[in-house]
Formats: sequence, C-alpha cells, structure tokens
Amino acid sequence: MKRVYVNEKWCLGCHLCEYNCAFANSGVDDMVKALKGKTIAPRIRVEESDSINFAVSCRHCDNPLCVKGCISGALSIQDGVISIDSDKCVGCYTCVLSCPYGCISTSEAGAVQKCELCTKNADGIPQCVAGCPNNAIVFEER
Amino acid sequence: MAIEYLYPQFEVLRNPDRCIACRVCERQCANEVHHFDTDLQKMVSDESKCVNCHRCVSLCPTRALKITKTNHQFRENANWTGEVIEEIYRQANSGGTLLSSMGNPKNYPIYWDKMLINASQVTNPSIDPLREPMEIRTFLGKKPTTIERDENGKIIPNLSPRLELDIPVMFSAMSYGSISYNAHESLARASKAMGTYYNTGEGGLHEDFYKWGDNTIVQVASGRFGVEKDYLDAGAAIEIKIGQGAKPGIGGHLPGTKVASDISRTRMIPEGTDAISPAPHHDIYSIEDLRQLVYSLKEATAYKKPVIVKISAVHNVAAIASGIARSGADIIAIDGYRGGTGAAPTRIRDNVGIPIALALASVDQRLREEGIRDNVSIVVGGSIRNSADIIKAIALGADAVYIATAALLSLGCHLCRTCQNGKCNWGIATQRPELVKRLNPDIGSERLINLLTAWGHEIREMMGGMGINSIEALRGNRLMLRGIGLNEKELEILGIKHAGE
Amino acid sequence: MKYVIIGNATAAIGTVEGIRSVDKYGEIVLISSEPHFTYGRPLISYLLLGKTTEEKMNYRPLDFYETNHVTAMLGRTVTSIDKNIKAVILENGEKVSYDKLAICTGSRPFVPPMEGLDTVERQTPFMTLDDAHRLAELLGEQKDKDVLIIGAGLIGLKCAEGILHLSKSLTIVDMAPRILPNVLDEYGSSFLQRYLEDLGMKFYLSDSVARFSTPNHAIFQSGMELDFDVLVVAVGVRPNTSLAEEIGCEVNRGILVNTHSATTVPGVYAAGDCTVSHDIAADTDRILAILPNAYQQGEAAGVNMAGGDKVFDQAFPMNASGFLGLHMITAGSYDGEAFITTTENSYKKLVVRDNKLVGFILIGDVDRGGIYTSLIRDQVPLDTIDFDLIRQHPQLMAFAKAERAKKLAQPH
Repeated sequence: MKRVYVNEKWCLGCHLCEYNCAFANSGVDDMVKALKGKTIAPRIRVEESDSINFAVSCRHCDNPLCVKGCISGALSIQDGVISIDSDKCVGCYTCVLSCPYGCISTSEAGAVQKCELCTKNADGIPQCVAGCPNNAIVFEER
Repeated sequence: MAIEYLYPQFEVLRNPDRCIACRVCERQCANEVHHFDTDLQKMVSDESKCVNCHRCVSLCPTRALKITKTNHQFRENANWTGEVIEEIYRQANSGGTLLSSMGNPKNYPIYWDKMLINASQVTNPSIDPLREPMEIRTFLGKKPTTIERDENGKIIPNLSPRLELDIPVMFSAMSYGSISYNAHESLARASKAMGTYYNTGEGGLHEDFYKWGDNTIVQVASGRFGVEKDYLDAGAAIEIKIGQGAKPGIGGHLPGTKVASDISRTRMIPEGTDAISPAPHHDIYSIEDLRQLVYSLKEATAYKKPVIVKISAVHNVAAIASGIARSGADIIAIDGYRGGTGAAPTRIRDNVGIPIALALASVDQRLREEGIRDNVSIVVGGSIRNSADIIKAIALGADAVYIATAALLSLGCHLCRTCQNGKCNWGIATQRPELVKRLNPDIGSERLINLLTAWGHEIREMMGGMGINSIEALRGNRLMLRGIGLNEKELEILGIKHAGE
Repeated sequence: MKYVIIGNATAAIGTVEGIRSVDKYGEIVLISSEPHFTYGRPLISYLLLGKTTEEKMNYRPLDFYETNHVTAMLGRTVTSIDKNIKAVILENGEKVSYDKLAICTGSRPFVPPMEGLDTVERQTPFMTLDDAHRLAELLGEQKDKDVLIIGAGLIGLKCAEGILHLSKSLTIVDMAPRILPNVLDEYGSSFLQRYLEDLGMKFYLSDSVARFSTPNHAIFQSGMELDFDVLVVAVGVRPNTSLAEEIGCEVNRGILVNTHSATTVPGVYAAGDCTVSHDIAADTDRILAILPNAYQQGEAAGVNMAGGDKVFDQAFPMNASGFLGLHMITAGSYDGEAFITTTENSYKKLVVRDNKLVGFILIGDVDRGGIYTSLIRDQVPLDTIDFDLIRQHPQLMAFAKAERAKKLAQPH
C-alpha cells in the first residue's frame, strides 16, 4: 500500500508539512483562518539538528502496536490505514506509550491524534506530501 | 559610524492579515531577512539584506509576502541615474571593482526580438507536426565535403567524431563550484533523458558524474583544473574555453573559501587555495598554438572525441572563427554578451562583447564565403530565452544552441544576480550543504526535461508552420526571417530582409 | 479446523484476529461468562468518569463476531475441559468440541480475609462492567457517599479517579508504604500521591483494615477508625488457572506458555492475564497483566493455532496510567542505573542496565514516550544511539542515520 516515506537528505526543515497538516485537519477552508494566531498541533513533526532535518508521521505499520495496545478499540487498521475514532478514545495514552516512532500525540480535545493520511479530510491525499517543496516526503508504494 | 549612503533596494511587504507566523520565510532565507520578534509576537524583516530572490515569497503558504523595488529614489536625472550614483557610492566606500553575476542586464537591443519568423500560406503548405514526422535531430562536428567509395563502390565511413543531439539545445558550461552538486546532477540527468549534453565548465568532473560521461562535454580552460586523461576520456566531447560572453578577455577566480573538500578533489587543487583561471591560455598566442592544443587533446583521446572551441562574441569574431575553423576544431561555440556568469566585474559584464545574433550572422557568413562552413558546426549561447530564439538562431546559421540562464531559471533561479555571495537560497549557486540540499535533482531534472520537451514541441510547431520538416532545412535559411525596426546596416549584417520586403 | 476460545476480552479478541489472519474459514466458538459484547475492560473507570459511555465501550465494531464468523456464546460458563474428547463442558452440561483451544480466562479479584467483610453490604470489586454498574448504583448521583477503597494499586486508583467526582469523600488504604508500588518508584509514587491528595483523595498507607465493626465502619490496624458508605475492594487479582490446571497444563501462579503461547498440553493455548510470561526488562518469568501484552500473546496464540508461526517474546510491563489530567507512562524495570530529570510538573526517570534501557517513568510530559518503550522492546544497545540526546527527550534523531532511514523510508 501507499505510505508516507521520508528522505532526510532532502528535508529542508522548513516545517511547511506541519502547517499543511494542521490546516488540512482543521476543517476550515482557508489556511489563514485556520491557523492565524494559533499554536499548531500537527500530526507530522519535524525533528531538527544543526545539519539534519526530517519529518516524522505515522508509519502505518503492518504490525501496529498502537492498535494492538489500544484499550478502547478506538484505534483500528483498515486497508492498511491506521485511524483513530476520537469519539471512542478516552485519552489513556497507551498508544503514546506503544508507538516506536512517537507519532501519536495528545490533543486539546482529550483524544489522541495521529496521521490518517488525510483520508478523513477533504483533501484525500496527504497534504504534507502535496506541500513538500523538495520531495522529502513522498506518498508511494514501497 | 560612517554615513550609510545606500538605501535598501527592495521592500519586503508582509500582509499582516495573511501572515500566520509559520516562520518558513525565516528558515528559508540564508540572508537572514526575516525573523520572529517574540516581543511583538510577529514576523519582522530587515529589507537591507534582501536580494529579491523570492525564496520566501515562493514558499509562504499564505501568500503573505511580496517584494517590491523600493520607490525611494535619488533626485531624478536621466544621465546620473540612481544606479550610477549607487555604484559610485559603493566604490567610494570599498575601493574595489564592482562585481555582478548572471548576464548583461543593460538596455541594449535584443536582436531576437527584432526578427520575425515566416509561415507558409497556400503555395507551400504548412505541416502538422502532430501528424507528420518532424526531424530535429542534430549532429555536431565536421561534415565531409566528398563521399569516398572503395573499389566495390561502397561508401567508406569517413565521418569524424561528432555529437548527436535529439534536440538542438545543450546546457552550456557551468562549473561544479560555481553551481552546486545537485544543480550539476540535475543537468546531467536531464541531458541523458533528453539525448543532449551538459558541460562541466572549468570545474573538473566529480567522480559521481562519470556515469553520465556520454552526455558530458568536458571543458579545458586556462586554469586546466581537473584535466587529466580519465577526465578527457569520460566526456563525449572536449571544449577548449577561450572566452565567455559575460566576461570576455578576463579570467576567473574561485576564492579559496569555496574550494572545500569535494571541489578541491574535483578541481585537483589543494583545499582552500584560490582557483585562478588566467585571462589567456598561456600556451595559446596564435591559431597555430590553438591547433596544437586541439590536436593534443585529440591525440590524448585517440581522435574519438570532437573538440569544441568556445569564444566570446567580440568585435572581430568572424575572423577569429575563421581561424578556429582552420585549427582542427570540430565545433565553434560562440557566447554572446548576455551570457551569464557566477561572478564578473560589472563594467566588463555590461560593456564588453557584442550581441550573439550579430556575431552568429557574421561568422556563418564569413565561413560560407571562405568555403569552410562545413569544417565546423556552430553553437551559440548567451541568452537564448525561448524556442523562438532557437528557431531564429538556427535560421541565422547556428547548428545548435547552448542554454544556461534558462536552465537555471527552470531549476528555480530567480535572477537575483547575487551568485557571487554563495548564499543562493535556491540551492543552485552555492556550496553550503544546507542550501545545496534545497535542490532535489529528482525535481530539478524533471523541470529541465519539461522545459526542453516544451521547447521541442514549439520548435516542431514553428518548423511545421514554415513548411519545414527537418531542422537541416532551416539551418542558415535566412529567408525564414524578416527584420523589424532594424536599420540597413543591421539587416545587412544579419543577412535578412526587412518585414514587408 | 474448529477453534474454541474461552474468554472475551483482549487476549481472546487477539486470538480471534490471529486465527483469522491465517485461517479465514475455520469455525471459531468464543465462550464467555460475561454476557456483554466484548468491551475494553480498563474502560470501566472511564465510564464512571464520564469519558466514555456504555455504547462506546465496545472493544471492536458491533459486527465483529459476524464479520469474523465467530459463534459467540456469551453469558455461558465453561466449567471444565475434557481433553480426551477435546471438548469444553458448559455450566448446563453442554459440550463444545474443539480441535484447538485457547484459554483467555483472565483474572479475578483477590479478597484477603477481613473480619466482618461479609457484613458490608455496599461493597464491590472493580474488575468488570457489572462491577462498574454496581458501583455507580451504590454511589448514586448525590455526591453524598463516603467511599473507602482498599488497594492503592492500578485498579484501586483508576477506580478512585473514576468516582472522585461522585463521592463526598474518598479514602484509599493500602498495606504498602506507597501508592502504585508495582508501577512507580518511590519518587513517582509520592509525586502522584501529592497530586491526588491535592484533588481531595485521602491515603492511609502501611495500613490495612483490621475489621469491619459494622457494615459502615472500618477499624484499621493502626487503630484509626473510619465511617464509610461504599467499599471497593481492589487489593489484587488472581489469575484464573483452574480450567488449565485440571487438564494438566503446567501452572506456576499463572499458566505457563512458551513464546508461541502454547501451554504444556498439546493443542491448548493460553494468553493474557491468566498466564506467566517472560519479562524481558527484568529478565524473569512473571504474570504481566498488561493489555498490550495480552493482545499480542493472544494474537500469537491465534496464528499458531491456525497453523501459522508467530512468536511473541517481547513482553514487559508497560502502563499508561494518567490520573485526572496528570499524564504518566511507565515501562520495564527500575533495577539499574537511573537518569533522572525533575521539574515542578514533571518527573522523568530512565533506567539503564547492561548497555540497554530497561525501564522508564514519565510523569507530566509523556510526549513521544513510545520511542523509549521501543528501546526496551527492541533491546537496543545504547552505544549504538546518541543516548545523551535521547535522554533529553525521545527522538529518532538519536538513532544512526541508517537506522533512521530504516524507520522512515521503509515499510513497517
């Protein structure tokens, strides 16, 4: 299946992916309206050091420890995409404890959040990928 | 503190209603124009550092940024323009030669824009390139004047080495050093994909790039950097660089600070030493000397590679070209005064050399008159901006063209003309690793391929319109051109009639 | 092939999904004494807390049994197993035959002898949905009940979290000198205790109920006396091993299974809280009543029952046990060299032994803590990563370039 892959060689550390992610998942149709004056809580996050940058988001593992450890059944894997039913999530953070990539984050709403490959928003294809200026993040079959 | 005479050239306009303070502009600007002010809780900019390269503008996700030329001005004077005044201030301040990059930006005539292309009507029907074959493949090198046959009447293949181009456009010389590794890789990969060539410039050939040797022209210039047997063998052709359009008559200087490990290895000089290319080749003071070098290089490569001699378009270019055509060179490359550079003295860039269209017309005419046109192919460069320029160049007599500025533009260059600073925000004219990585050759090569593909379509379309289905039939076919707004002398040199004639 | 699974919680569901990943058509019968559709057992405290509702507690989609072709016999109890005829026998004598059997019977509350306990009417354990219902009923909605919880382990404290807002007062007593002794170290315990005390909970530690003099009055070993309205007994649990024991499965407190989740009786598998696993962090065999382990053990059982080959050999304790806004995740063992960082609102402890991370505690800031867990799970030699960097906060940057590429540029 197609997944988001990251090549740190090409990551500029521009953080556009974070903003595109936050916008895509905001439910608002204008980026300015969605993000102005807000501290964003994106589902993809850039790690950076002096010379290395890379973005990290859910790997959509075939063996998803987050789903296997989920106490409520809120996390599930369907056709390879791991998604969260935030209605069912109680915010216990067992998934935060389980994810080897640190890709499940807490949200203000209480439930956890994670990359769902933009399947739940209007964009359809991962917006971190669509907005990456240097192909450091790609969405492909490997 | 000394008085600051210079006012910033540009203004950074940030629409506060649109800025979301994502700080992408801050992270992307190597000139450190933008920063987030934590007290004000907003983005602010220092426009004095701005070179108007548009990296921030292009990456701003909310289009909150634009850069404009400042409307601050000196007291108006048609003679003492703001630019002239500024340059004097700058030199009075520094005592140094003014440096610039890219091509001559002055308001001289652009001859490509003063020529119009013909089209067929009724009597010589036009051709639809989508339905009919349209040949733009081009061979560069000597053309034999006679056909030789053996005793059985079979043709003896006596062709000298040549370059085969699927499209009559090559990427002209840009050294590894003046442009980045990733820019080079983009050019190399696009050349391979499009069946054409790129040129190492005087920077040697990085060990990683030998695999693209079949699409590489290796250059031998006055500093001889990186020249050795493997290098010469690696390329498809060898170019002796005598001059370049942006700075005819002078050499080059890559400061030692830019000669980092990879570059020093590729140029084969010690790390940190200045790479100085002398103005002349110290072994060439005559056409006879040039001939020696041409044949030395041919000898070194077993006569398997065509040799190109590149000169800048200067006043007596026709006579020089005539000499080159007799030197044993297979191809003459002529670089017009608009040709780009990574760094050149401003006065030279802006005042030395002649327009490529005029140079080309006179060279082609001279070689024909002397009956030696088939000794060489002619490649012209120095601001070929689009496919119409190519059609016009070929109709004036060129076999193919060299492009570089257009290639860099397609890689993202915004012609900010500050290559000499080495802080190219687009990852092209820089060696800083964090900037070089901004140009992903996957994207770069694709954009170059797109550009050449688009131009290929347009060339075929215009050829079809003229009723020509082979680029050979366009070459030197000056009847396909008419001048517009040109005086008698210009028309005479170009060898074309005026529109309406 | 016919599979029978005893149980209907995490390990049992893991077993179903394990079987179905290999065998789409074999018959699966799942038998559970609880009458409910499979639900997330730890959710019962969140139910009382109001963070979920009974409608949302289903552990899997409501068509789970149908889509997985599972015959669910809910509210039915297996009383014994006849391994000679390969059948389980239900409370009414009905026999259900099997080719492969999975025992996912979990555990039951352990109630120590306390004088007068049987006189206390308003009491409940806190293990099941029915217990939660009963507790809600006992508390009512008037917030007028004084509650006594015996046990300051995970079950007792999660219960306390769930009902604090429903109680007039909440007192927790434990024989141990500190709270959550199996999950936290001393500092963590006191950190959490302070936090919970600030919210209004009262703790009596190193103490226990000596006797109940009346159904509403407890007298402690220390001599302290307390009136209460509702009693929750959450002292501990005991694994349900008797069915396995009776057919000759080796049992040492819990059912012994190998890394394939097989018991010592051929064709019989076991998973979850009723088993003993090998704790890789402490390098000992122990009962690990940990939900993620239960699922994976069940999944391995299912795959292996269906003829596949799956090993689960990465068991270790791990708990995400936040309380009322204080987030907390912990894993592994705390026996080793400790690296500690504290702030006013957070506590972080990393424990290193033999060049490996063997345990950690994160209280307050738990962001990306799973990266630490992965170091324990994968037993990553710390000299292959930048430990000083990862100590600051969990990050993939600390891994070598090739390892990062593996994590980020390859399918998992």
